[in-house]
Amino acid sequence: MRNVKPETGGFFQRVRSWHPPAFAPGYKSTVVRSPQRAPISFGNTLSEITGPVFGREILGPLDNDLTLNYAKPGESAIGPRIIVYGQVLDERARPVPNVLVEFWQANAGGRYRHKKDGYLAPLDPNFGGCGRTITDEDGNYSFLTIQPGAYPWPNGINDWRPAHIHFSIFGHGFVQRLITQMYFEGDPMIWQCPIVRTIPDKRAIETLVAALDMEATVPMDARAYKFDIVLRGRRSTMFENKLEGN
Amino acid sequence: MAQQLDRLKETPSQTAGPYVHIGLTPNICEIHGIYEEDLGTRMVNDKTRGERITVKMRIFDGTGAVIRDALIEIWQADADGLHNSPSEPRGKADPNFTGWGRQASDAETGVFTFETIKPGRVPFLDDRPQAPHISLWIVARGINLGLQTRMYFGDEEKANAEDPVLSRLEHQHRGPTLIAQREGDTYTFDIHLQGEKETVFFDV
Ligand SMILES: [Fe+2]
Repeated sequence: MRNVKPETGGFFQRVRSWHPPAFAPGYKSTVVRSPQRAPISFGNTLSEITGPVFGREILGPLDNDLTLNYAKPGESAIGPRIIVYGQVLDERARPVPNVLVEFWQANAGGRYRHKKDGYLAPLDPNFGGCGRTITDEDGNYSFLTIQPGAYPWPNGINDWRPAHIHFSIFGHGFVQRLITQMYFEGDPMIWQCPIVRTIPDKRAIETLVAALDMEATVPMDARAYKFDIVLRGRRSTMFENKLEGN
Repeated sequence: MAQQLDRLKETPSQTAGPYVHIGLTPNICEIHGIYEEDLGTRMVNDKTRGERITVKMRIFDGTGAVIRDALIEIWQADADGLHNSPSEPRGKADPNFTGWGRQASDAETGVFTFETIKPGRVPFLDDRPQAPHISLWIVARGINLGLQTRMYFGDEEKANAEDPVLSRLEHQHRGPTLIAQREGDTYTFDIHLQGEKETVFFDV
């Protein structure tokens, strides 16, 4: 392991207009769950700058293989086999090493293993739907899964979610914490989804669309999708305003 | 034209959705055998220094109904005010305290329960001590960007009165929304997403 001195600078202010607003009535659940007053800001203290870091000892050998991690021995999940890989970077385009990335998704029919999901599509007895990994020294991660299906959901009378994988990402500071969703290149369902459309800027939405990568595809095995993730960046401590003797 | 700053834009957030527990606390929703135990369940062990406390939280929506499908993560300093994090420059925190907890609520009551310790004081930017506090991050269906707030302790009146964050709130009457009430070893903290009692949320 490279011995890089951890950075301790505060984070760049979050560009909230790039994120979906709290109140986005096209996604009905936001109506009674969106704070209505302006959030309060103050400079990052160590409570915000620090954050939990996880060691690889928490990982099991199948944590990054959703085709097998819930399957009976000798069996595997049903669906198109895909590798999802990418790099976690910060806003200064520097790799974010050794951070936990968690993911969850519906099965190939669009059904979640959850007692509140009553969709007609059947459960796959060999598919649980969650996995996790930790980025390497260069911020890279990858996992094997099956391509999830689209599914209908109660919002409008005929709203469908495009195929997607949910992602939870840790940085090195607690205020870098992020949850998002990854979509698939070429899916026409993306642009009509009320949840996707909570994001105001089309360019921001495009950063959530993973690219099909035939070069990273494993022949006769699994196609690859590349999904890079950008977390908030830190100011360099060179510019911190606490001067000696102050 | 000037040189390019070459900054990237943060990946935009999307809601954690109604099934966030499949991903983050799978054992809670009866997906067993993938992870031995859900991450963040245990913050303390027998050797953890500091005063043991239980924190019970609830989240209410704009209609006053308690939310049962959310997930809360907390992050806090140890009893000496140090964080168990490589980014902590002031020294090594208690190795028997993770400082980080993650919980789903009880499916019936909507109560989130954290077994932790009372944190020490962490300096503000100008080195004034902040009052003891716990940082929160809340995600759920209907929440598009994880909500950041803090919980302070009701029995720390003096520290709260001089806390640099609490004392600079423009609307001082909203301060109490950040303060948990103590009864025995248990603190109770209700979070209101909207309405008269809307909790103060942060953009930090
Ligand atoms: Fe989903």
